[in-house]
Order: sequence, then structure tokens, then C-alpha cells
Amino acid sequence: MMPSPLFYLLAALMFTGGLMVVFMRNPVSSALSMVLSFIGLAGLFVGLNAYFIGILQILIYAGAIMVLFIFIIMLLDLKKEDEHPRRGAAMAAGIIIPVVLLIQLAGVLATEQDSPKVPELMLQEQAAEYDKETIIHKRLADNRLPDVHLTGRKIFTEFNFPLQIIAVLLLVATVGCVALSKKQTKTVVKKLPAQRIPTIASAPDLTSKKND
Amino acid sequence: MDHATFIFFISTAIKIAIFTFVLILPIIAYSTYAERRVSSIIQDRVGPNRVGIPLTLFGCKKDIPFSGLLQPLADGLKGLLKEDLVPAHVRKFFFWIAPALTAAPAFLTLCVIPFGSSISLFGEDIKLVIADIDAGPLFVFAIASLSVYGITIAGWASNNKYSFLGGVRSCAQMISYEIALGLSIIPVLMVFGQLNLSDIVQAQADGGWTLLPLWNAHGSVLDRSYWENAGEQWLLLIPLTISFVIFTTSIFAETNRMPFDLPECETELVGGYHTEYSSMKFALFFLGEYAAMIVGSAIIVTLFFGGWSAGFGLDTAIANMAWGSFKLGGLIHLGIFLAKVIAFVIFFIWVRWTVPRFRYDQLMKLGWVVFFELALVNIFITAGIIMMMN
Repeated sequence: MMPSPLFYLLAALMFTGGLMVVFMRNPVSSALSMVLSFIGLAGLFVGLNAYFIGILQILIYAGAIMVLFIFIIMLLDLKKEDEHPRRGAAMAAGIIIPVVLLIQLAGVLATEQDSPKVPELMLQEQAAEYDKETIIHKRLADNRLPDVHLTGRKIFTEFNFPLQIIAVLLLVATVGCVALSKKQTKTVVKKLPAQRIPTIASAPDLTSKKND
Repeated sequence: MDHATFIFFISTAIKIAIFTFVLILPIIAYSTYAERRVSSIIQDRVGPNRVGIPLTLFGCKKDIPFSGLLQPLADGLKGLLKEDLVPAHVRKFFFWIAPALTAAPAFLTLCVIPFGSSISLFGEDIKLVIADIDAGPLFVFAIASLSVYGITIAGWASNNKYSFLGGVRSCAQMISYEIALGLSIIPVLMVFGQLNLSDIVQAQADGGWTLLPLWNAHGSVLDRSYWENAGEQWLLLIPLTISFVIFTTSIFAETNRMPFDLPECETELVGGYHTEYSSMKFALFFLGEYAAMIVGSAIIVTLFFGGWSAGFGLDTAIANMAWGSFKLGGLIHLGIFLAKVIAFVIFFIWVRWTVPRFRYDQLMKLGWVVFFELALVNIFITAGIIMMMN
């Protein structure tokens, strides 16, 4: 269990990060604030004993996806975006959607008990449900939470079919990406010789020397 | 706060202080010295051999040179005392934060590395690892993947084309090699069946190092009973060696070390992402790089060369060594671990001064076309062998 000061610290980190994503004018600052927010979220997961998910949160979102975002933002150099006038439709959407979400949040908070508590983990009692030979059983008997093993077991036994489907979906997306980008380069290659010939011909030094 | 929690907090604070500031920081400082001395040996030069105690400052006739052993101290002082120049055209906030973002992740990853077995003081068992979590390698990858921000931001904030290219190169390189890095150790994790680095090292102490299975629970190579139980270990050496090669090479790429140091490639990019940096900010990039190199070596040693274990069935005896009521065998294990890590750091330096730099397209091809596929195939080979043996 996480001590509550730590919870408030991480929640504040997440909240500040989220606000900064919206209010920072520079896109790179916004993206970095999002990383800050992800790190806070990862900390909250760790506080809930979900080390594995917390670490994956950093590894995948903060360490891979946001790096790609920043990479692209830097390459595009979105300076002109700063000077765009705010459009009415975007502003309206920006107000309505958060308001709807806030109402939902208020609804949830109204029905919830005053201070919900995380259920106590009964690790040693759970150990009997697993085979004695497995690492899960040994860890549980040792009063440690084998969250990586439990997650893996859940995914590869109960949700094996959806997992395979998702894998195929991702593969389709990857192959599609490669196919699309290949097509583009082919057309570029076809155009290139036509463009190059005049430039070479227009260089008189090279051609005249060769003819001599 | 009860007694056990108090002991836990105190021992963790002491471990953090000792492991990072007493052990690793001096090793980082001296690996810069080792880099210069080893390179000079390889290139048949002398290298920095003068900085010692400057007794002539105090009126004596001669300095004590110590064959240059105080050079890192002088370098550090120079870093702190030099003028810290911030060019006018940089993005100030990011320019300031980038060196810290490079150095901090490398130090953070130290916390899951098992430095030794356990020692026993005043009847309390203390494991020589700062945080004994059940997802060690993943934690290292997660935090190490954050260090790319420092370099990328440094390149972008400098507002300089060379720096920017260095930052972009580093970003692309680290993303590419992270995949190979993560996939390459899956065979190792499959063999051990867990992600806790302390337990992985313990398993290697009992059953032979991953790449050196010269003993197992049934005795050493010289015993008959060893061979009756050793078939799997030797067959598994094939995929494990492949994953060792991929992992080590990817660590070189992740830490921007020589055959892959394209982000700071001097012949093309002046200084790369740190062109605009000076004094201690510049030194922090190097601190981060060397720290990452040491953490990389530590992970290689932990996963493939038995971590703190001495091997040959000596580990139980070492762990039980006691001085009065204090069990201090763990400190010997700590020494063994550091010796292995230093050996690997010297290997890193040796490679730097032996192998020429890759071209950028060769680097990308090696990462995406060779290592990525090889690591995937390697997982299937390992799974096949494990399935066959069961």
C-alpha cells in the first residue's frame, strides 16, 4: 500500500502534466509535459502493487510512443501552428467534451463511498489455487505478489485468442504501412531520372570534358 | 513506524548512498581515466600520467605523480570551474534541463542491480540490492528508454543544425536498438522463468552461469552426476550465446559507444548534440554516457556471467563467511561483481579503440534487418529446446 502523501504527490504530478499539455504554447513542451503525466501515472500503478503495468506504462508510452511524437514534432518544426487563430468549432468542442466528462466524474464521485479502500491482499491464501510446482505458488506462499506471472498467465490462457487477433491486426497495420510507403518511393524513383537528365546536361564542364 | 520498517528505510538510504556515490561515481570517474590510458596503450602513446599531488605548490622540490591517478579529480575540478557559456540563440529551459535528463536515468537504473548476495548485521539480513523488484530487466529498459529525451532535447534546444542532426540520429538509433535489446534477453528470461535479477543471479550461482555452465546442482564438470543432468544446459548455450551477442552489441548502440557513436560523430557533426555545451553541463553528458556504460556492463554480467557469484560451488561457503555475528560474505560477492563489471568496462573501451565507426545506413540495417529478426528466431529456438527437454 502506498502512503497517502506519495499518492497526492504523484497525482499532483499527473495533474500538472496534464494541464501543461493544454496550456503550453510550444508543441515540444506539451509533449514533454505528457511524458511527465505518464510518469506520474506509472507511479500510481506502482503504488497499487501493479509494478508490471507501471513499468510498461513508462516503457511503452513514455519511452517509445512519446519519443516518436517528439521526433516527429521536431522534424516538422511546427512553429506556424503557434500563430493560428483559435477556431470557433475547435473551441466549442474543447469546452463541451471536458464538461461532459466532468459531469460523468461528478456522477461517479456522488455514488462512491466517502473514502474507498484498496482491498487487502490475501496472498498466502491464494497460493493454494495454483500448482505447487509453479513460480506463482512459490511467490504467493512467500507473501510476494508475482504480478508479471499472473498477468502472463491470464493473457496466455484466458485471453489467448484475442491476443492472437490483436497481433494479426498489428501485423496488418505494419504491412500496410510498408506497402504504402513502398508505393510512394517507386513513383519517386520513376520521376527522378527525368528530372536529373537536364541538370546533368546543363553542367557544361563535365560534358565538354568528356567529349574532348 | 515499527522496527522492521525503520531498519528497511535506514538500510535502503545507506545502500543508495554507498552504491551510487561511493562505488559507482568513482568507477565512472576512473573509467574516463581508463579510457584515456587504455587508448594510449592501444595507440602506443603515453596518455595522462602526470597529475598527482602537486607538492611543488607547497614549496617542495618534486610532485608525486602517482602515474596520473588523480587526473579524474583534476578533470572534475576543471568542469566545475570553467566558464559556463549559454549561447544566446538556445531555448534556455530545455538547454538547461537536457544534461540532467541524460545523466539521471542512468543512475536510476542502478537501483535494481544486485551488487552482492546478502550481509547480516546485528541479526538483520540486508540484501545488497537497493530495490528487489520482480521486474528488474523491464525496469532497466523502461528507465533507460527515458535517457533518449536528454540527448534529443539537447540537440533540439541548441538551435544548431549539427546538434539537431545529432539529436535526431540518437533518437532514431535508440528506438531501433531498444527493440533488439528487449527481444534478445527473452531467451534468458525464458530459461530462468522470472524477472527478478537477484533470483536470476542466485539461480546462476546454483546451476552454472548462463554462458559458462561448468557446474550445476549435481556438481562440477569433473563429476559424473553433472553429465547425467547437463544436456539441456549445453544445448541452450546456442541460443543464449546468440542473445548475448545481440544484447552486448545493442548496449553499445544504446549507450552511443564507439562503433555506433553516430550522434556525436565528429567528422560529420562537429560535436553532435553537445556542440553548444560547455563546462559542467558538457561533463554531465559524459557522466551519463559512462554511467549508462557501467549499468550496461552490470546488466550483461548479471544476466550472462553470474552477477556476484564466484561460481564452482563456492558461493554458499562465501555467503556463510562470518566475522563474529556479522556475516560479511556478501562483501566478497560485491567485490567479485565489481571486478566483473570493470572487466566489461575495459572490454567496452577496447572495442572503442579497435573497431571503426559504422555508416548510418549500416547501423540501421544491422538493427532492423539483422538483429531484430535474429532475436525473434532466437526466441523460437529457445522455446523449441525447452519444449524438447520437457
